[in-house]
Amino acid sequence: MNTKKNSIGKVIVNILLILGIGAVSFPFVWMILSSVKSTADFYTFSFWPQSLDFSGYRYVFEKTDFTRWYLNSFIVAIVVTVSNIIFCSLIGYTLAKYRFTGAKLIFLIILSTMMIPTEMLIIPWYVFSSDFGWVDSYWGLIFPGLMEAFGIFLMRQFMASVPEDILDAARIDGMGEFKIWLRIAMPQVKPAISALAIITFLGNWNAYLWPVIVTNTAQMRTLPVGIAMYGTSDAGGIQWNTIMAMSSLTVIPMIIVFLIFQRQIVEGIALSGTKG
Amino acid sequence: MKKTFALIFTLLIGSVLLAACSGGDSKGGEKDSDKTEITYWQYTFPTKVEEIDKIIADFEAENPDIKVVAQDFPYDQYQNKIFAAVEAGDGPDILNIYNGWISKFVDMDYIQPIREEFMSKDEISDYYVDMIQPYELDGEYYTLPVAVRSLALFWNKDMYKEAGLDPESPPKTWDELIENAKAMTEMTDDGRYKKEGFGWNAAGQGLHEFQQVLLRQYGVEPYSEDASKVLWNEKQEGYDAFKYWMDMTMVHKIGDPDVGNTYREAFLAGLAGMIVDGSFAVGDIQNANFDWGVTTLPVLEEGGLQSNYASYWTNAIAKGVEGKKLEASEKFLAYLIQEDVQRDWLENIGELPASKALIEDAELANDPTYGPFIEGLEYAHATFFVNEDKERQIIIDGVDKIRLENADYDETFDDIVKKIQEVRDEFFDKQ
Amino acid sequence: MATNKETIEKKTLSLQTKKALIAYSFLIIPVLFYLAIRIIPAFQAFLMSFTTSSSSAFTLENYQKLVQDEVFWKSVKNTMLYVVIVVPLQMLFGLLLALAIERMGGKFKWFYRVVFFLPYMTSIVAISWVWRLLYDPNSGVLNEILVKLHLPTQEWLGSPSTALISISIVIIWQMMGFCMLLFTAGLQVIPKQYYEAANIDGATKWQLFWNITFPLLNPTIVFLAIIGVIQTLQTFTQIANLTGGSSGGGLGGPLNSTMSVVVYMYNEGFREYNLHYAAASTVFLFILILIVTLIQFRTFNKSYKL
Repeated sequence: MNTKKNSIGKVIVNILLILGIGAVSFPFVWMILSSVKSTADFYTFSFWPQSLDFSGYRYVFEKTDFTRWYLNSFIVAIVVTVSNIIFCSLIGYTLAKYRFTGAKLIFLIILSTMMIPTEMLIIPWYVFSSDFGWVDSYWGLIFPGLMEAFGIFLMRQFMASVPEDILDAARIDGMGEFKIWLRIAMPQVKPAISALAIITFLGNWNAYLWPVIVTNTAQMRTLPVGIAMYGTSDAGGIQWNTIMAMSSLTVIPMIIVFLIFQRQIVEGIALSGTKG
Repeated sequence: MKKTFALIFTLLIGSVLLAACSGGDSKGGEKDSDKTEITYWQYTFPTKVEEIDKIIADFEAENPDIKVVAQDFPYDQYQNKIFAAVEAGDGPDILNIYNGWISKFVDMDYIQPIREEFMSKDEISDYYVDMIQPYELDGEYYTLPVAVRSLALFWNKDMYKEAGLDPESPPKTWDELIENAKAMTEMTDDGRYKKEGFGWNAAGQGLHEFQQVLLRQYGVEPYSEDASKVLWNEKQEGYDAFKYWMDMTMVHKIGDPDVGNTYREAFLAGLAGMIVDGSFAVGDIQNANFDWGVTTLPVLEEGGLQSNYASYWTNAIAKGVEGKKLEASEKFLAYLIQEDVQRDWLENIGELPASKALIEDAELANDPTYGPFIEGLEYAHATFFVNEDKERQIIIDGVDKIRLENADYDETFDDIVKKIQEVRDEFFDKQ
Repeated sequence: MATNKETIEKKTLSLQTKKALIAYSFLIIPVLFYLAIRIIPAFQAFLMSFTTSSSSAFTLENYQKLVQDEVFWKSVKNTMLYVVIVVPLQMLFGLLLALAIERMGGKFKWFYRVVFFLPYMTSIVAISWVWRLLYDPNSGVLNEILVKLHLPTQEWLGSPSTALISISIVIIWQMMGFCMLLFTAGLQVIPKQYYEAANIDGATKWQLFWNITFPLLNPTIVFLAIIGVIQTLQTFTQIANLTGGSSGGGLGGPLNSTMSVVVYMYNEGFREYNLHYAAASTVFLFILILIVTLIQFRTFNKSYKL
């Protein structure tokens, strides 16, 4: 009887999820379909393309530095993600597991940096980059995101749940503090690290405002900047199929990154299952 | 996990190396010390970017001692980029800006006047169409355009046929426009537009249509000579013009800004029978899959006053550019504004020549697509904005109050005028 | 005896100091980084808000102008509305999705996760064009559906009374995948045997949720609530893309009904080029966020151990 009720519940959950998928992915599917419409077809505002037209994609690869932008976005997102994984988990761990004067204050200061809108920091950052010669360089693109307060907060929350006795056991075994963090604490919060990796990667992959301000040349652009260049109504028409094609191509690596790390999250289950 | 980390680290090191290499590349190119290098900034208009690159190549061939670096930025962040760069002392030598920004940029001390030795005021006003004259600020010109733009009426011939109208006779007067538009408008039972006869938006060309066309046709000079006073509601005719404009939507229900994202997109989708748009829209509308035509803007009554609105993107030399760089910048500007370049510009970009002589060229005036725009230029006016964004927003908000909240016409109109006047007072008080 | 105790104390004391020193050494680089990249520029902005572009003398002019501006107060009100609408709903949907996908099991979990996370991955420029089309009051899909269901049609983004809700829907649509992801991570950290033990005791599903899942998800809930509020108080991108750009006009329309504080700040700073005034509104926003966050910490601290 219980299992019967269970399976009915499962069916309902499944139906709801499938309906949800329809609703959630509708705009997204529209975007993909729009990328294979011709310009005239685009403005019929119909969901299905009348005929397949790849001129948007052709334009992207023939007339723009798209592959270069792809590479730039990739470099920036990877560097920033790695930096965040290392620093955020180290800082989060320190703030969660060490008791020392100023811990709360430092945490609050780091947290408070999230409360200043990026828009306000753009001019100081630009002046800063200009002084250091970072305008139109990878460093310029990368430096503001190296350690996000967001990640520190996330890691602090998860590090707090790492049992104290495992750490103490390692100390008794004579393990160094740095090693304890790397070897003992880090594996405990693998799901959180994976989530952090996904979010940081995406955040940088999609970042627009700072990259557009700090770059000058086509070679240094990132994908969102490239997309925005074709989104001006005052430029002899918005090339919507180009924009849709670029946006569709932009999503693919993110899906891959997501798939890799979400598996890490799932593998985390097995780990905490056996350990716990 | 370890494997993933190893992978990421390899990627990281690889990408940093790559970054270092390409960084080295760009520095390698800067060693030509005999060459004067100047930078030119514009927003990303793909055909303009291509055209400028071509012009630069020709210019550099003629002037081997000058190197011009052209850089472009997405439109929505273009002003911010200029702002950030100038604040950091990192700005370009030549900026391509919209005419509506000139006063702001002069006010912010970002651009310098055109030197008398380079091109005197008389030379400028002789060379260019008259509409650039409002932008003589404190007796100085600050910018030189390559091209200008005016408005014209696009109509969808297929929709005309469907509505039983003659597809070859577009409206000559505003009354006719309203009649034709009514015939083409289709509504659903609950009062939504299926198709609109006339697509418009105060946020687009609508506000210009009103202040430089309708107001003038009603006999109202919109601004005082020195542009410091807003005179829209000085006479009863101003209120009448505003009522006429608002009635199109509120009473005759011939169109609404909400149809099809923008009026141009609505027109392209076959949802709008007519729109008023600039020559730069031709590139887009060429792709339409229906028959269309373009004609001059309507008048109040046949034989009545014709008027048009003109705007332009124009080139300014940044403040602080001097010596060799100034000379090189001037040389490049002189090259850029040549009549030959202007001809190519029309052909490849669809913006109209800014030189008086070319506008009077009969061949151009008879062009079926660009003819109406060129004709419109003869009687076009460029609005002198002190703060384009703010003034435009005031009008949009006023129109929205009427559209969405059924506000009183006259009160709203007075309020719009009062607010624009405040913006102008603030600007002129500082001068 | 006494000396023994003393040495132990000394030992623990030195261990404490040692640990503190280690902590400081771990933190020194990040703190310096934050000082340079965030704190000093923010402090400069703070100072800037007390001067004007024409004079560097101390003045409260910017703040006086700010409190007198109706549009600013409207943006404050709108910003609060965004928070109240968006944060609870995105968390609720995120949690339901995480639980449903977890519950469902099977081989296709990854597929569901990807689909619900897609909106968070997609470029806002392209997708907001699609949303504007869906929202089109005249021929948009949403109104067509309402007509079919015999419900009154809406103006969506076109009317001051519904525009803010319409934007909130897009934000929730984007952010619920983000919440789902973090809830999924949070669920993994809950040790399985808690459930096993409770199952043996014969607890119902509902009891399991309230007594085990919910309390143990607490760090994630606290995190999402605080982050959600901080992010939503700074809403900008979605508003900029759904109200400005190709639909013409300034950001935050119609009639300022969707204007948030950051959009206001952006308009003043980057359209009017008045950074001093924009800085004043930033200071206001900062204080607002700080207060709200501190209140949240207080509340969460009371009910749970943070």
